Amino acid sequence: MEAPLLHLALVGTPNSGKTSLFNALTGSRQKVANYPGVTVERKEGFFVTPLGRQVSVVDLPGTYSLRGRSPDEEITRDIVLGRSAGESVPDLVLCVADATNLRLTIRLVLELKRTGRPLMLVLNMFDIATRRGVTVDVARLSGMLGIPVVTSIAVRKGGTSDLLRQTDEIAMQAPPPSQQNLWQPLSVAELRATQREADRIIAATISLPARPDTWTARIDAVVLHPVAGLAILALVLFVMFQAVFAWAQPLMELLSSAFAALGQLVHDTLPAGLLQSFLQNGVISGVGSVIVFLPQIVIIFLFILLLEDFGYMARAAFLMDRIMGGAGLHGRAFIPLLSSFACAIPGIMATRVIDNRRDRLTTILIAPLMTCSARIPVYTLIISAFIPAEQVWGWVDLRGLVMFGLYAAGIASALGVSFLIKFFMWRDDAPAPFMLELPDYKLPRARSIAIGVYTRAKMFLQRAGTTIFSMMVLIWFLASFPAAPAGAEGSAINYSLAAMIGKALEPLFAPLGFNWQIVVALIPGMAAREVAVAALGTVYAIEGGKEAADQIGQVLATKWSLATALSLLAWYIFAPQCASTLAVIRRETGSWKWMAITFGYMFALAYAASLATYNIAVALGAG
Amino acid sequence: MTNSKPTDANQPRPLGLARRGYSGVIHRLAADEANSALSAIELESRLIELGFVEGARVKVLHEGIVGRDPIAVRIENVTIAVRRREAMAVIVV
Ligand SMILES: Nc1nc2c(ncn2[C@@H]2O[C@H](COP(=O)(O)OP(=O)(O)OP(=O)(O)O)[C@@H](O)[C@H]2O)c(=O)[nH]1
Ligand SMILES: [Mg+2]
Repeated sequence: MEAPLLHLALVGTPNSGKTSLFNALTGSRQKVANYPGVTVERKEGFFVTPLGRQVSVVDLPGTYSLRGRSPDEEITRDIVLGRSAGESVPDLVLCVADATNLRLTIRLVLELKRTGRPLMLVLNMFDIATRRGVTVDVARLSGMLGIPVVTSIAVRKGGTSDLLRQTDEIAMQAPPPSQQNLWQPLSVAELRATQREADRIIAATISLPARPDTWTARIDAVVLHPVAGLAILALVLFVMFQAVFAWAQPLMELLSSAFAALGQLVHDTLPAGLLQSFLQNGVISGVGSVIVFLPQIVIIFLFILLLEDFGYMARAAFLMDRIMGGAGLHGRAFIPLLSSFACAIPGIMATRVIDNRRDRLTTILIAPLMTCSARIPVYTLIISAFIPAEQVWGWVDLRGLVMFGLYAAGIASALGVSFLIKFFMWRDDAPAPFMLELPDYKLPRARSIAIGVYTRAKMFLQRAGTTIFSMMVLIWFLASFPAAPAGAEGSAINYSLAAMIGKALEPLFAPLGFNWQIVVALIPGMAAREVAVAALGTVYAIEGGKEAADQIGQVLATKWSLATALSLLAWYIFAPQCASTLAVIRRETGSWKWMAITFGYMFALAYAASLATYNIAVALGAG
Repeated sequence: MTNSKPTDANQPRPLGLARRGYSGVIHRLAADEANSALSAIELESRLIELGFVEGARVKVLHEGIVGRDPIAVRIENVTIAVRRREAMAVIVV
């Protein structure tokens, strides 16, 4: 008879390596990083033990207790207590601990014991503990806690064998008599008593590091220095945006000439006609113009992943805390906002670590103002077309500087909006607290960085192949039909549906300096911001007629005034154009209202910023 | 009231007033004395969950730039960042 599926749940303090363990057991690639609060969702995976037992395991958000004071901690609490609907109660709870730092976990173990669920303590990161000279009397610890204790090294091959063996053993035993759940939210006195008990157990079983982590102390002496620390943070961000421009350039040029050559090849081999136009203008000019940005996407993710794995994010949150607090933001808002540089969607999800609903809402509302990677193609395209590639002060790339400025504008506006929300809605309240564990630094591991970058690059290309491709087919269709009447003047596209739509909406956007081609590009840009670039590529390629399409940047430089270009840049700092972000806002806030508010305020800001930019630029003679 | 020797080393005082380099032992928690946005019970619970219990050794490792806030506190072998406002609830000697 097949043994029933064994249900495991990974519980533990934040950053103890639960997700690393989950990935090691199930072969998944869930996000791992060196700061507390990475996992904010429940994730299920499956594996088979060495003795052939089928196991399902859920990875859960980290928590210091079962009180569930923020949305992510509630998920963990509900799974452990078997309160989630349609969810089986775990047969075995694996309490995952950072072996170098057991104090808070042992307290959690004592609390977990009250739930009556079978429990096992996993001393993870045992490699680091051993290196530092922490010794644990595992047998004694197990005896004092009254539960099995195993060691593990989640990031090393074979590092989970102890855990697997013990799981098999537990699975083979008759299930323990079901115990009653005696857990109730702990009173302050009980909390204190459990922590005292934990300290007593630790004193009896663990000898603390002879050598504390001196590297972390040394690095922090510089990185958390009040003045030098902020300068380093600014430098890190600055180098990141410079790199996005400077390092990516050669590769992007290579890709872009490859697509141009491909387009030329299609043009030369296929007879003139619809198919040729579709492949050359719709597919290659459109999708190609987005894929060209892959090197930049890879570089920005490389930077973010390195910072995350090193352990810098929590430090950056520390440095920025008062500055963000001045704008009315919660101390835990920094990491979600920084994640939004990659994409607002994980950023908005990451706000689940914020316990106060109002603070969480504010953070969700401003997260889309952080410059996400989908804006990079738009910014790069326009900057490359209009800003000369010069060096300023001898070493700074001017284009990189403008890019940095656009990012800074996004950040400044996010802080500004937050400040206004705070000022008008709850100015008299005491600022929300900030309490964050600063993890020890860890050397980023090449493999996990490579996997992270690869996953992101794949997602980007998948989007190019699906969303962007289907939008391009639509745009190409709209821009090609109906065909121009015989003997018509000018380019055929002027008679197309796209032109009709664009021209109908043009009056609304004319004060911003947008022509109908831009207006047409903004609409499919709702699906994903970078589609706007692809759409411009297609529209101008079709308009350009039979000649092989010039590179889109060169076309723009001749067709738009500088004022129009700047206005479009300003638009994209704010533009609420991303359907998936809006959908996530609806899901996370549980209301259409906040989605509508986000869309509305961002649209208003975008319009106002573009209007101002365009008119100022025209007044200065850039029209 | 403050007397002429406000920095008597053996006098219990809030961690929220400690400067960088300070090290001591937690004497008691006084959550209702901190002017936090959290209720006293919630603040005290959280502090305990982060290891701030009587008798634990603490050291102020770093402080921020604006008003020397927040502070990074080493408590036993964990480093926790907290704002001074919340650290006022931790009385140290
Ligand atoms: N050296 C070493 N590093 C580890 C080990 N397990 C995890 N790590 C690292 O520890 C950090 C935290 O790992 P995660 O798996 O994200 O931790 P988590 O418990 O899921 O964290 P949250 O989701 O934030 O609660 C990452 O930088 C991992 O690479 C281990 O056994 N040895
Ligand atoms: Mg995790």
